[in-house]
Amino acid sequence: MKFAILEFPGSNCDHDCEWVLKSVLKQKTEMVWHQDSKLPSGVDCVVVPGGFSYGDYLRCGAIARFSPVMQAVAEFAKKGGMVWGICNGFQILTEAGLLPGALIRNKSLSFICKDVFLKVERADSLFTNRLGGKRVLRIPIAHGEGNYTCSPEVLEGLRQDRRILFRYCDESGAVTPAANPNGALDNIAGILSENGRVLGMMPHPERASEAVLGNTDGKLLFESALNALSRA
Amino acid sequence: MKTESISQAHPSDPQVTLAVATGMGLSPEEFGRVQTILGRMPTYTELGIFSVMWSEHCSYKTSKPHLKGFPTTGKRVLQGPGENAGVLDIGGGYAVCFKIESHNHPSAIEPYQGAATGVGGILRDVFTMGARPIACMNSLRFGEITDPHVRHLFAGVVAGIAGYGNCMGIPTVAGEVVFDDVYRENCLVNAFALGVLKHEDLVKGTASGVGNSVIYIGATTGRDGIHGATFASIELSEQSEEKRSAVQVGDPFMEKLLLEATLELIQKRLLVGIQDMGAAGLTSSSTEMAFRGGAGLDLHVDQVPKRETGMVPYEVMLSESQERMLLVAKKGKEKAVAGVLEKWGLHAAVIGKVTDTGRHRIFENGLCVSDIPVAPLADDKHPLFPMVKRPMKKPAYLRKTAAFSFKKLSQPKDYGAVLLKLLAAPTIAEKSWVYRQYDHMVRTNTMVLPGSDAAVLRIKENGKAIAMSVDGNGRYCYLDPFLGGQLVVAEAARNVAVSGAEPIGCTDCLNFGSPQDPEIMWQFAEAVRGMAKACRELKIPVISGNVSLYNESPKRAIDPTPIVGVVGLIEPVKGEIRAASQGFKKAGDFIFLAGKNLDELGGSEYLQRVRGHKAGKPPKLDLKAELALHRFLAAAVRAGLVASAHDLSDGGLAVALAESCLSGMERLGASVELKDTIRPDALFFGETQSRALLSAAPAHGAALEKLAKKFKVPFTRIGSVTRGGLSIKSPKASLEAAFDAMHDAYTKTFEIMQ
Repeated sequence: MKFAILEFPGSNCDHDCEWVLKSVLKQKTEMVWHQDSKLPSGVDCVVVPGGFSYGDYLRCGAIARFSPVMQAVAEFAKKGGMVWGICNGFQILTEAGLLPGALIRNKSLSFICKDVFLKVERADSLFTNRLGGKRVLRIPIAHGEGNYTCSPEVLEGLRQDRRILFRYCDESGAVTPAANPNGALDNIAGILSENGRVLGMMPHPERASEAVLGNTDGKLLFESALNALSRA
Repeated sequence: MKTESISQAHPSDPQVTLAVATGMGLSPEEFGRVQTILGRMPTYTELGIFSVMWSEHCSYKTSKPHLKGFPTTGKRVLQGPGENAGVLDIGGGYAVCFKIESHNHPSAIEPYQGAATGVGGILRDVFTMGARPIACMNSLRFGEITDPHVRHLFAGVVAGIAGYGNCMGIPTVAGEVVFDDVYRENCLVNAFALGVLKHEDLVKGTASGVGNSVIYIGATTGRDGIHGATFASIELSEQSEEKRSAVQVGDPFMEKLLLEATLELIQKRLLVGIQDMGAAGLTSSSTEMAFRGGAGLDLHVDQVPKRETGMVPYEVMLSESQERMLLVAKKGKEKAVAGVLEKWGLHAAVIGKVTDTGRHRIFENGLCVSDIPVAPLADDKHPLFPMVKRPMKKPAYLRKTAAFSFKKLSQPKDYGAVLLKLLAAPTIAEKSWVYRQYDHMVRTNTMVLPGSDAAVLRIKENGKAIAMSVDGNGRYCYLDPFLGGQLVVAEAARNVAVSGAEPIGCTDCLNFGSPQDPEIMWQFAEAVRGMAKACRELKIPVISGNVSLYNESPKRAIDPTPIVGVVGLIEPVKGEIRAASQGFKKAGDFIFLAGKNLDELGGSEYLQRVRGHKAGKPPKLDLKAELALHRFLAAAVRAGLVASAHDLSDGGLAVALAESCLSGMERLGASVELKDTIRPDALFFGETQSRALLSAAPAHGAALEKLAKKFKVPFTRIGSVTRGGLSIKSPKASLEAAFDAMHDAYTKTFEIMQ
C-alpha cells in the first residue's frame, strides 16, 4: 500500500509515521510538501501527522487548512480517499471541515504527555478491524489542545451514526470523568467522517507500534488500515 | 594584505569615557587594555564589543585556568570543548553531539521566556554542528514550593521548557528538580540537548576562504537582549527587574525552520561554517568564527535584517534576538543556499565577507564604525586577553559544618513516618507534574521514560541505544566542594550505568556565586578539581560545558552547584537492546543490594529535611569501587539478568526501595531483611555511595552473584518483591509502610501547583 505523509513547516511527527509505515510495516511512503497542490499518484491513504504546523499560530491547524496540499486532500477525501489525522492532523482536519467539531485547550490548560486508555467503540471500522478481540488500547497522548468539542446536534449525529471511534477510558474500559485527560466532550478521543474513511484522533498510535518502545497497541490500528485497504 | 582603517564614531554614539566603560561591565584595567590594543580610544561600538566579549559569560576569564584539569580526550572524542558542542563517536559511522548550558538569570526575571530561550539556545548549539537533536534534559533548582513566588518561577520555567521543546518536536526525556531556599532569589535553569549525526556531516563554527559570503539567517534583529551576556555576568539585584529587556523572547516555530534548513544546508555540503547567534549575538558569533578560521571579517550592519527602525551599530551588534544564525557559504554555492532558505521561508541576507586582515570590522553605509584585531577579543592565549586570577579562601562556615556530628542525634521513633516525609519532600517526590508537560516520546526513540534514573533512547540509525542523566548536588558541594564535585560526576555516571550503559562522555554546567568573593572562588576551584578527578578515574571525558557565575542576590549566594550530564552507550545483544528501569517488575523476584551500607548521614536529604541540619561531611567516595560498580551494572543488564535496577541517592536505601515499588506498572511491594548493625537512620536513609538496588528473577540470582564477584562488587540478597507494602527489618529497628501511604506521599506534593 502507498501512504502519503504530509509535511507542513512545523510538522514533527511526520517521520515517526514514516518510520512505522515504512520500516516497521514495510509499506510504500511518500512525504508530501505543504506547497504541493497534488498528491502523488496511486496513494491509498493520506496521513496528516502531528506537530505544530505553522507554529500553531492563530489557532491549531487554522493556517494549515489553507495550504495547497490540503485542497488536494479535500478532493481526495471527497472521492472516498482514506485520510488519517493524528493529533495536530486531527486539528487540521476539523479546521478544514473534513471532520466536525473543534479541539480546544486542555481543561488543565497544560500540555499533557502520557499513556491513556482508549475504548474502541466499534471494531468494524477501517481503522479497528484487526484488534484481535481487544477493546481497550493503551496509546500515548501529547497535546495542549486536545479537548474535543462540538454542538449538541453534531454530538447526537456522531453517536447515531456510530462515528465516535475512540473514547478515553480507564484500564478496565470504563469511560469515566477521571479517565478523561483533557476535558473532551463525552470523552471523545477520535471520530470518523460520514463515510467512515476519514479518521481524526488525538492519541499517537505511531508511538505505540514497536516492542522496543514497550507498546504495540498502536500497530493494531495500522494493521487494521492495511487490512481494509488490501480488501478494498 | 593589512588594512589599517581607523574606525570613526557613529553620529549617534555617546562620548566614550571610563564611566561608560565600567557601566558596560569593564574594569578600569580592562578599559586600559582596550586602548592599548587599539592604540587609541575605542568608539562606542567597539567598547560594547569588548565589554561583551570580555564578560565572564563569553570569555571564561576567571574559570578557564581551572577547567584545564578536565580530561577532554578519548578514543570516542571527535570534538572536545571549544566548539558549539562536543561530539562523541557511537559507532557505525554515527556520533552524538551534546552540551548543557545555563539560563539562570533570564529565568529568574521572566521564567517562561528565560527557560524557553535557554532550550532554544542549546538546541542551536547542537544542530549547528550538523546533528539532528533527538533529546533534551534539564536540571532545575528553586526555593521552597511553599513560597508563591517560587511557584510562579517553577510553573513558568516548566511551561517555557515545554512550550519550546514540544513545538520543536524534540522530546524532553529526563531531568532533575531540586528545592532549597538558597535558590529562592536565583533559580537555576540548565538545559541539555543531544543530537545524532553522521561523522561526515560534522560542521564547525568557522569562517575561512577570503571573499566567501557571510550570510545571516533567521529572525530579524531587534533591541531585545542587548547586553544579555553582561547581565549574566553580574549578581541579581532589586534593579534586575529593570533589565527585563535583557531577556530575549523565543519563537520555537522559527527555530524549527532554522533546524530543518540548517541540516539541509549541511547535508547538501553548501557551507564552510555555521554558528548560532547566542550570547552576545552577532558580536560573538562573528568574532568566534573569524578566530577559529584564522581569518578576518567585514560586516555591514546596514544589511542586517532588523525588526525596528533606527537601530545603531552598537545595538545591532549587541542584540540577543533569538533564532538567528550566521553562516559562511562555500564559494559558488550562494544560490543553492538561497534556494534552501526560501523553501523553509527564512529571511537571509549577505551581510559581509571573509577577509585575510585578521581584523573584525563593522561598517554602516560605508562608514567603518569598529575595527578590532580578532585575536585579543577571542583568543585566551593572547597576551592582552584579560585572564583573571582571583584570590581564594577556604570558607569560614566549613569549620562549623564539618564539626557537626550526627552521632549525638537521637533516633526517630517511627521510621515509616520518616520515609513518608522524605517521599513527599519536593526534591524526592514524583515529578510527573513536570514531565507530563514535556513531550517525552516524540521521535519514537524513548525506551525508558522520565521517572527512572536515566532516560534510554534507541538510535534508529545504528541499532544501538544511549542512556543519559543530568545530576547535581549543591548541598554536598556546599559541605565539601572537592568531594562534592566527585560525587556529582559519580552519581550521574551511576544513573547511566544502572540503566545498562557504559558512560562515554559528559558535559557540565558550573553554577556558582560571585567569583569576586574569595570563598566562592575557592568553592569553584575545589569543585572543579573534584569533578576533574572523578572524570579522570571513571574515564569519562568532558566534551563541552558552560560556566555560570554571579548566581547570587544581595541576600545570599547559591550553594555551589555544578551540574553534570553523562551520556552512556548500550550495544545491542543479538540485535536486542537491553536496558533497565527502576520499577520492580514482578512479585517473587529477588531484591539485591550492590555495595555496602556505611554509618553515614552527613549532607543527606534526611538530615536537612527531617532533622533540620545542613551539615556534616558528605558521604565518602572510593572511585575504584564506583567504577567497578558501573561495570558490573552494565554487564548485569547486558547479560539479561536484571529485572529492575535503581541507583541509591537522595533518601538512601528506604527511599530507593519505595521508589522501585512505586515505579512499577502494577502495585508491588518489598519485603527486606538487613543484617547491618549501624544506626538505623543511617541504614535506612543514609546516602552512602557506590550502591544500587537490583531485582531479578530467582533463577538469575546465582549468575548475578557470580558476576558481582567477578567485578569485586559487594552483593547481597536482601529480600523479595511482594504484593504488599514495604517492610524492612534489621537487627536494631524495622520500617513498615503501606503501599497506598507511600503512593500518596510520593504523588501529592505537586498538587499545590494545580
